[in-house]
Amino acid sequence: MVRIGIRAVRLRSFDPGCLRRRLASASIGAAGLATAAMLLTPQALAQTTADANVARSLAATCANCHGTDGRAQGVMVPLAGYPSDRLIATFNDFRSGKRPATIMHQISKGYTDAQVRLIAGYFAAQPAK
Amino acid sequence: MSMTDHHRVAGSVATQPAIGRRRLLAATGSLALVASTGCATNGSRSAPRVVVVGGGYGGATVARYLSLWAERRVNITLIDRDRDFVSCPLSNLVLGGSKSIADLTVSREGLRKRGIDVVQADVIAVDPVRQEVRLADGRAVPYDRLVVSPGIDFLYDQVPNLQAAEAAGRIHTAWKAGPQTAALRRSLEGMADGGVYAITIPVAPYRCPPGPYERACQVAAYFKQAKPRSKVLILDANPDVTSKGALFKRVWAEQYPGIVEYRGNNGLTEVDPSGKVARLQLDDVKADVLNVVPPMRAADIAQKAGLINANNRWCSVDWLTMESTAAKHIHVLGDATLSAPAMPKSGHMANQQAKVAAAAILAHFEGRPPNPAPVVMNTCYSFVDAKQVIHVASVHQYVAEKKTFEPVAGSGGVSSGPSTMEGDYGQSWAVNIWADMFA
Repeated sequence: MVRIGIRAVRLRSFDPGCLRRRLASASIGAAGLATAAMLLTPQALAQTTADANVARSLAATCANCHGTDGRAQGVMVPLAGYPSDRLIATFNDFRSGKRPATIMHQISKGYTDAQVRLIAGYFAAQPAK
Repeated sequence: MSMTDHHRVAGSVATQPAIGRRRLLAATGSLALVASTGCATNGSRSAPRVVVVGGGYGGATVARYLSLWAERRVNITLIDRDRDFVSCPLSNLVLGGSKSIADLTVSREGLRKRGIDVVQADVIAVDPVRQEVRLADGRAVPYDRLVVSPGIDFLYDQVPNLQAAEAAGRIHTAWKAGPQTAALRRSLEGMADGGVYAITIPVAPYRCPPGPYERACQVAAYFKQAKPRSKVLILDANPDVTSKGALFKRVWAEQYPGIVEYRGNNGLTEVDPSGKVARLQLDDVKADVLNVVPPMRAADIAQKAGLINANNRWCSVDWLTMESTAAKHIHVLGDATLSAPAMPKSGHMANQQAKVAAAAILAHFEGRPPNPAPVVMNTCYSFVDAKQVIHVASVHQYVAEKKTFEPVAGSGGVSSGPSTMEGDYGQSWAVNIWADMFA
C-alpha cells in the first residue's frame, strides 16, 4: 500500500494563514480585496469571481504533476508560492526554448498568455507548505 | 472541506471591514460557504447530494475536488466495488518485475477523512427519474447530481472463445490492474526460456493508447534478463503503432533486437479454446502466453444506466460540464466517454475531466454558468525498461463553435528519446496524481 499525502493534509488543516491566502487567490492581496470590492460594480465583481474560478480550474490542470495547489512531491517542481512574474517568465522561456526542458516546452505552448497569468497568480497566492 | 475550515473562513472574514464583508462573500471562492454555514439561520435548504460511481482516476478526483472547492456544504458519496484503488498506470512494471501490486495500491481513507462518504458496493442500476442509484445489497442512494466514472468492460462477443479461455485461466487480458496483472506475471515466470509471449491489440480507441507497447517493452526487459531466447510478438489490429510509434520502434530495435517483433494490420478474430493459438486476420499465431487486449466499451453500469449513445460503445458528453447527452443530471468521466479529437483514454485525462466536472457541478449548485473556456491536458510516461521513460503530452482547449476540446496546434509532443531523468519524472507523476486523488 502506498502512503500518500499525509503531509499535505496536515499542513492544510493546521496552517492558520491558509484560508486568508486562499481568499487572495484572484491574485489580489487579501487586504486590498475588501477595498477593491467596495469600488467594483456588480458586473466587475462577477468578473472577478469568474476569473478566480477560472484561475483555480486552470491551475488544477497542473496538479497531476505539480501537486494539488502546487504542493509537489518527489522530483517535480513545487509551484505553490512561486512568484507570479517569475512563473510567467519561466513559461515564456520554455516556449522560446531558452530554458531546456523534457516536457514543459511542449505543454507551455498549449496555454494562452491570459491563462498563464491566471495560473501564475493562483500559485503565487498558495501557501508553499 | 472540513467544519474546521468553515469556521476558519468565517473567522477570517469577520476581521474585514463590515462594508466589504458582504461583497467579499460574493466575490471570493470561499464566501458562499460562509453565507450558508456562518449564517445558520437562513440555511433552510439542505446540502446538495453528489454521488460518484467509480473511485479511480476520474471518480476519486471529482469527489476530492468537489470537497476542496465547495463554496458551501455538498454531501459527497463515492461508491466503488473495491476497497482500495489499484493504478493501471505503472502496472506494466509489475510484468517487468520492478514493481509489485502493493506499490500501485492506494487507500481511499484520505477521502473519508475529508468527510466524503466512501462506500464499498456494487452499483447495479441507476434510476434517472427518481435520481437514485441502486446497490447490490438493495440500498438506494439518492442524488442531485450523479457522476459515473466506470472505466471499461470488454466486448467478449466480438472474439469467439475469449471469455471462456480467460475464465479458465488459459489466456490473460490484464487490462484492469490487480489480480489479473499478478496472474500474467506468474505465467511469464512459469514460461520456459525460448517461449513466445504474444499480445493482441484492438482497433483504437481503447484504454491507454501506448499501454500495449509499453507492456511489450516490460515483458521484453524481463525476457532479456531472465529468458533471453524468448520472443515478444505484438499483433496489432491497427495499421501501425498508435502512440509514440517512432520511439517504441527505436527501443525495440536498439534495446530488444531479436526479442520484440511487431506486426500491424493483423487483428484478432478468434481465440483457440486451448488459449495457445491466436487466430488473426492474416494467419494463426502460437503463443505460450497469450495476452489479449480485447475490444472494449464503456463499462457495464454505463450501459445499464442508458448512458452509452455513441457507436454502441461510448458515452457522449457535453464537454463544458461532462454531463451526459443521454441523461440529465448525470456526468460521465474518463475512458467511458466518447473521446474528443486526439484525446487519449488515460488516467491523467480522467483526472483532468473530473476537475471540469467538479467546477461545473459546483457552478450549477451556486447558480453560476459553467466556465466557458475549460482546458485539459495529458501527460503519459511509458517505461521502456525499469528506469527509462518516453512521454507523450498534449494540451486541449475547448472550442466553443465546435462544442468540443481540440489539441492546441504547435503544443504537445513526445520525448527526444528514452531517459532515466524522465523515469524519475514518471515515478513522481504517480506520487503526485495519487495524492491529487486521495490525500
